[in-house]
Amino acid sequence: MLTLAIETSCDETSSAVIKDGREVLSNIISSQIEIHRKFGGVVPEIASRKHIECINQIIQESLDEAKIGFKDIDLISVTRGPGLVGALLVGLSTAKALAYGLNIPIIGVNHIEGHVCANYIDHKDLKPPFTCLIVSGGHSYLVQVNSYVDYELVGRTRDDAAGEAFDKVARALGLPYPGGPFIDKLAKQGNKDSIEFPRVFLDDKTYDFSFSGLKTAVLNYLNQEKQKGNEIIVEDVAASFQQAVLDVLVGKSFRLAKSRKSDKIVIAGGVAANEGLRNMMEKKGKMEGIKIYYPSKILCTDNAAMIGAAGYFQYINGNESDLGVSVNPNLDIN
Amino acid sequence: MEIKLSNLEETEEFGIKLGSLLKGGDIICLNGDLGAGKTTLTKSIGRGLGVDEYITSPTFALINEYKGKFPVYHFDVYRLENAHELYDLGFDEYFYGKGVCIIEWADKIEKMIPDIRIVIDIEKGNDDNERILHISGNGGSYDELIKELNR
Repeated sequence: MLTLAIETSCDETSSAVIKDGREVLSNIISSQIEIHRKFGGVVPEIASRKHIECINQIIQESLDEAKIGFKDIDLISVTRGPGLVGALLVGLSTAKALAYGLNIPIIGVNHIEGHVCANYIDHKDLKPPFTCLIVSGGHSYLVQVNSYVDYELVGRTRDDAAGEAFDKVARALGLPYPGGPFIDKLAKQGNKDSIEFPRVFLDDKTYDFSFSGLKTAVLNYLNQEKQKGNEIIVEDVAASFQQAVLDVLVGKSFRLAKSRKSDKIVIAGGVAANEGLRNMMEKKGKMEGIKIYYPSKILCTDNAAMIGAAGYFQYINGNESDLGVSVNPNLDIN
Repeated sequence: MEIKLSNLEETEEFGIKLGSLLKGGDIICLNGDLGAGKTTLTKSIGRGLGVDEYITSPTFALINEYKGKFPVYHFDVYRLENAHELYDLGFDEYFYGKGVCIIEWADKIEKMIPDIRIVIDIEKGNDDNERILHISGNGGSYDELIKELNR
């Protein structure tokens, strides 16, 4: 079964062709191709109306790379939320037009569930149930995945997303955007115990996250050191900050896994590319007898392949949208 | 007008009061450095507006929408490189709509924001949790806010 998938929830315009939910035949992402060649220097960086300019081209490219035509597609899968309303509408309207024109089923999927499903592509043996941590620039969720279609939201951020904290601390340290990968790299050369930053676990009853206070603590530290005229060791700040984030992410993930007797923890989203997070998860996983899964780096970012996987599993489990499906910028995990 | 808020509780109290005074069509511009407390203040303004959901940072998503007494549009233009990108997002449709717009890093797009607005510049005080707010504005609920704060 061939699924054509479309993702336009934020900055990236992406289209993919997925075979049977787990095999990627193509996965075209706007920022990853030399689109400026075709669009006279305009790279669609910021969402919404820019998606219109390139979506047809991206879809065509995904079909060409998969070596198929429109008539070969069995299902259209598209992100319907959460995200920017204008950006989502471009993808959903295009998907509806294709589904109507080709007379094939359409399924609107949740972007966050897509991130989870990226793991099914890279790990052919992975099956629910499992505990999943989804962390990116815009999202931080802890989800218990009970089946391919049953996602139980257990924890979320109350302020900043984990990836956002990385980007903002990076900015304060004078690193380029997006800063996550730079912090990760510098952290390896620094001493993670050199500066005491707060671990905001909130309380034992909740699986929610809070990263705004940590961000402010790092900014206050930098400010105070500057006022004292002390030299700031960027590597130590990066390592100590990253460890404060990871302690909370890893701690809460394992607490949930143990309470649900999960033997698998899956990580997803942009921050799943962080090597510090991967290493700490794997180390603790070995000690606790819990197996750790994460996607390849390209499937950690926003991409349509994961939307194709999510749509496929929804469809084969009996879910289908109709042409009346609408976008929902605040779509939650249910 | 300038007000000093000594701690998080006072900031929350101020935000809730401000939120409860706002009407559809109001635009709140929030300026201040990283960590100044723009999202924190927005959380309590949202509470004053009757938003029940968690208000989280819109830095990545650029706009978050909430349901309160009025639709609440929470913007963060931190990531924008230039004002043209605003057109691509269709910002004008929000600015001239019926909801309340709260805009973080508003000074980056100052020229694009309608004149009828309330501007709050947040400055860090001497203590880590102290904040000084500089409030200015024109039209909308501004006069009522000043009257209420002077009481």
